[in-house]
Amino acid sequence: MESVGSIIMYMVVVAAIIIFSVLAVTSRKILRSATYLLFTLFATAAIYFQLGYEFLGAVQIAVYAGGIVVLFVFSILLTSKPGDKSEKLTSKKKVVGLIASVAMLLVAGYALLSRCGFFAQLPAMEGVTMDRIGTELLSSSHGGMLLPFEAISVLLLACIIGGIVVARKR
Amino acid sequence: MEISMMYYLIPSLIMFCCGVYGFITRKNMIAILISLELMLNAVDINFVVFNRFLFPGQLDGMFFTLFAIAIAAAETALAIAIIINIFRSNKTIDVDDATKMKF
Repeated sequence: MESVGSIIMYMVVVAAIIIFSVLAVTSRKILRSATYLLFTLFATAAIYFQLGYEFLGAVQIAVYAGGIVVLFVFSILLTSKPGDKSEKLTSKKKVVGLIASVAMLLVAGYALLSRCGFFAQLPAMEGVTMDRIGTELLSSSHGGMLLPFEAISVLLLACIIGGIVVARKR
Repeated sequence: MEISMMYYLIPSLIMFCCGVYGFITRKNMIAILISLELMLNAVDINFVVFNRFLFPGQLDGMFFTLFAIAIAAAETALAIAIIINIFRSNKTIDVDDATKMKF
C-alpha cells in the first residue's frame, strides 16, 4: 500500500503526461506545441524520479528539456514567425490520423489489459548509486555496457560532423 | 490503491498514440519531429518501467533509456540541420512543398 502523497503525486504526473501530450500534437501554434512537449518531458522525468532512477531523471531534464527543446525553439524561431498558425487540418487527414492512433490504442490496450501479470506490485529495490551506474556502464564483463558506450561516442562524433556539413553555408 | 505496472504503461501508450496522430496529421516538419520525440519518450518510459518492475536487481533498462536519449539528441540535431537547409532552399518547411527530390 502506497502513501496518499505518492498516489496524489502519481495522479498529477500522469494527468500532466496525458493532457500535455494531447495538446502538443493538436495545438496549432508550433511554439506552443514545443512548450507542451517540454512539460511532457518534465513529467516523464518526474516518473523516473518516482521509480527511483534519479540519475536518469537528471539526464532526462538536462538533455531533453535543456538541450533538445531549446534546439526546437531556436529552429522554430528561425523558420517561422512567432504568431504563425498552421492551417486547419483537412477532415480527411484528421480522420486517417484518428483511425490509426485509436486503432493502435485499442489493440495495444487490449493486449496490455489481457495480461494480468502486469498488475504486479512494485518490488523492493536498493537505491541505484552513482558508483554502481558508473561501474556497470564502463565494465567490459558480462552485462557491462562498454561497447554501446563507445559506439554512442562515435555516433555523437559522426553527428557533430554531419550537423556541420549539412547546415553550413555553401 | 496499489500503483502497479499497468498504471505506468497505459499513460505511455496514450503518449505514443498521440505521437502517431501528430506524425500523420502534421505538415510542419518541426511539428513532425516533436511528435517523433513524443513516441521515443513513450518507449523510454516503457523500458524503465519494465526494468523497475520485472528486474529490479539489474540496470539494463535504465542504460537502454540512457542510450536512447543520447541517440534521440543526435537524431534531433541532425534533423534540424536538414530542416534548416531545406528552409534555406525552399523558404518553407511544409512537407508537401519539399518535392525537389521527387521524380
